[in-house]
Amino acid sequence: MSGEPSFTLDGQQIPFQEGQTVMQAALEAGVYIPHLCFNPEFTPHGSCRVCLVKVNNRMQAACTTPAAGGQTVQSETEELREIRRGILQMLFVEGNHVCPACEKSGACQLQAVAYYVGMLAPHFKHFYPRRPVDASHPDAVIDFNRCIMCELCVRASRDVDGKNIFAVEGRGIQAHLVVNTPSGQLGATGFSLHDKAAQVCPTGSILTKHRGYDIPIGQRLYDRKPINVVGDVAQLPDSQGGRRHD
Amino acid sequence: MAESSMLTETIRDIVQHHGGMPTRLLQILRDVQDRLTWLSPETLERVAEELSISPNKVRSVAEFYSFLYTTPRGRYDILFSDNITDRMLGNRELLHYLCSRLKVSIGETRADGLVTVGTTSCTGMCDQGPAALVNGYTLTRLNPSRLDGIANLIESRIPLAEWPRELFEVYSNLRRADILLGRHFADGSALRAGLKRGPEAIMEEMVKSGLRGQGGAGFGSAAKWISCRNAPGNVKYVVCNADEGEPGTFKDRVLMQDFADLVFEGMTLCGRVIGAQHGFVYLRGEYRYMLNPLKAILQRRREAGLLGEAILGDASFNFDIEIHLGAGAYVCGEESALIESLEGKHGVPRIRPPFPTTHGYLNKPTVVNNVETFAAAAKIAVEGGDWFASRGTAQSKGTKLLSVSGDCERPGIYEYPFGITVHQVLEDCGAHDAQGIQMAGPAGHMISAQQFGRRICFEDLATGGSFMVFDQKRDILDGVRNFAHFFVHESCGFCTPCRVGTSLMRDLIDKVHTGHGTRYDLEEMCKLGRIMQAGCHCGLGQTAPNPVLDSLDQFPEAYERRLRSTAYEPAFDLNAALEEARQLTGRSDPGAYLNEEDLLVGAMP
Ligand SMILES: Cc1cc2nc3c(=O)[nH]c(=O)nc-3n(C[C@H](O)[C@H](O)[C@H](O)COP(=O)(O)O)c2cc1C
Ligand code: SF4
Ligand code: SF4
Ligand code: FES
Ligand code: FES
Repeated sequence: MSGEPSFTLDGQQIPFQEGQTVMQAALEAGVYIPHLCFNPEFTPHGSCRVCLVKVNNRMQAACTTPAAGGQTVQSETEELREIRRGILQMLFVEGNHVCPACEKSGACQLQAVAYYVGMLAPHFKHFYPRRPVDASHPDAVIDFNRCIMCELCVRASRDVDGKNIFAVEGRGIQAHLVVNTPSGQLGATGFSLHDKAAQVCPTGSILTKHRGYDIPIGQRLYDRKPINVVGDVAQLPDSQGGRRHD
Repeated sequence: MAESSMLTETIRDIVQHHGGMPTRLLQILRDVQDRLTWLSPETLERVAEELSISPNKVRSVAEFYSFLYTTPRGRYDILFSDNITDRMLGNRELLHYLCSRLKVSIGETRADGLVTVGTTSCTGMCDQGPAALVNGYTLTRLNPSRLDGIANLIESRIPLAEWPRELFEVYSNLRRADILLGRHFADGSALRAGLKRGPEAIMEEMVKSGLRGQGGAGFGSAAKWISCRNAPGNVKYVVCNADEGEPGTFKDRVLMQDFADLVFEGMTLCGRVIGAQHGFVYLRGEYRYMLNPLKAILQRRREAGLLGEAILGDASFNFDIEIHLGAGAYVCGEESALIESLEGKHGVPRIRPPFPTTHGYLNKPTVVNNVETFAAAAKIAVEGGDWFASRGTAQSKGTKLLSVSGDCERPGIYEYPFGITVHQVLEDCGAHDAQGIQMAGPAGHMISAQQFGRRICFEDLATGGSFMVFDQKRDILDGVRNFAHFFVHESCGFCTPCRVGTSLMRDLIDKVHTGHGTRYDLEEMCKLGRIMQAGCHCGLGQTAPNPVLDSLDQFPEAYERRLRSTAYEPAFDLNAALEEARQLTGRSDPGAYLNEEDLLVGAMP
């Protein structure tokens, strides 16, 4: 016990193994730090910035910061909640998120994290970008309006499925997700619902066709319990209202 | 069919010229575009095929860099530098003038495909603007008569090589020299000292010198070299950061133009000390005009035994330098984005740690230093660390090159010992009426006249070298707005607070600048600024709100002036406008009052 390295997170002692990040160690110890682009099965990305914490008084992304013995980490402070809320508000105005009409509402990690950090309204001016919906695939639809560019589908398709179907192109606010075919259509790829890439999206961007509204709104995953209790939709099996099928 | 096989041929030649190396993708795309004026989808597919890499890798690079075009572009591609200093010199009028002469609209390609006229971020010619680029080559000191000449050359389809040289003349404007620029340097002397005294002794001199990174962050240079030297592995790299993208900075341009030997010698010395055999200069695309002259200098150094195999006859001393040209991306000045770009990728900053000293180019230990840092290191090897440390302040040893521009009589390069006051610089450059300085560029700090007594050094005002003067006639918000647009254009788009925050900030400052802002908007700007400073992935996003936050603090009157005018316009006070209606209907319940939140906030998610 005494030999094991640990750091403190909001006053609680968190043990870790060499090489783990603050996020990994916290999750393993059962402490929730909000996150979107992080998924324990993939190499950390560090892009959404929702997991910001203060490590020894410096702002860092928990998902990319190596855990070190004796660190003092703050997470659930009003200052951090406000920053996280601001970042969520940015994501909501950048894309087009019409929750009440969205098939993923209630089982969407983006929405659940927004509630968790106390975001009740988008706040900033909406960008209303023009983004397409791609229904060319027989089993799946991609709605680019809801993409937050976490690149989880990119990583899953490239690193797990070995298909390299998705990519991000463009710079700055023009950056956007694309499908890697000359036509840019999902239907022209070898994408399948069994792909890991079909299970990891934290929003409602990648949807299964012919399966709409199976579980009524109000009884969905995050309608029942908040995300810090149930965890990520991508980590939970189908049978529990999650997206994962093994 | 014939056309497509010609395309394949052209691309194959270029790819082969670059050794078929995917790390040279950016250089390959530049060369291909030089031949074809733009990169069509078919072209990109071919490049991918020839390099045997996935087409999306090629597309992601082509879509990232400003100077690579995936839509048709004119045979003559003109980009006006659009920094605030160019604007002070009247570049917008000139831009419109040229567009009307050529009958083309801004950012569009003329129907006959002859010419495109657009704008670009600061091209580093702030002391001799308004400036522009034509097919990547620098045009300086533009005025209507020069533009008349240019318009005629274009309409007559005169090849660029035959344009009058004077259009492309770049002055050095060296105004003040101190120990770095003032003393003669004999080529090879630093390398001789290095060989004679050995790497340990050189490192000792570096430690004694107290030299800190001149790119702006001020990391101890000796510590960086030592860390890389001690990093495991026997393949290591030296990288010279000549991206110089910070608006208002041009001192690295002058060093590369007039003191390239000093810089190359510093790199070679670093190679000797850390045990690297290969160096890169990452030269910003805007300095393309220097590419061939610099290659010639490298060749001369090889012939003189100062570069290449067995340097100075020592069989154990091998080091060579390659120049990579950027393509219009400020973020590629950030050292890890720069390395990504060197590897032939788009320039998104890496997660740090690990740092380049252990995991740099191709994941090998790499020293990345600024141009000026390498130049100083070469001098230190010859003259000793104590000599260097005799100048400057306790925490900032030696000297600093300042790029002075804006409202002053003598813009140009000034070398000062660290610790000089802003006041002294203003006096020397002939700025008699300054109301403020943008110190260290948009990413740095804006200071007002009350602070001109402050000293330029890491203890007080740190800088990479940009020093832009605004006199009393200027509207500070013109600058702030220009910088906000700059950051929108330059955000890499990787992280949320920078990608989205820069656009939100631009919209707010535009609103205030045009007289539509309220006090609430100012509070929003502060809040947004704090989120960006705290939350962004790299220095670009973290510093992007600085001009807004500083000017709110230092020049509140510039904002007040605008808000006051709106306060007198009843159209902006909706509650007051509704008062009459409330009285008529006799309502006083909360629903009869608008609150500002309701006006700005959309539907709930
Ligand atoms: C957005 C951004 C742009 C930068 N641009 C430059 C640059 O153009 N030149 C430079 O030397 N350093 C630049 N830097 C700093 C580099 O990351 C790095 O600190 C520097 O090259 C190290 O060299 P030095 O220690 O000699 O200063 C930039 C940093 C950021 C975050
Ligand atoms: S993706 Fe999630 S947050 Fe977005 S609209 Fe759908 S349910 Fe709402
Ligand atoms: S589609 Fe989903 S998983 Fe892919 S980048 Fe967008 S939000 Fe992330
Ligand atoms: S979860 Fe850490 S940055 Fe996205
Ligand atoms: S996009 Fe570059 S700092 Fe965030």
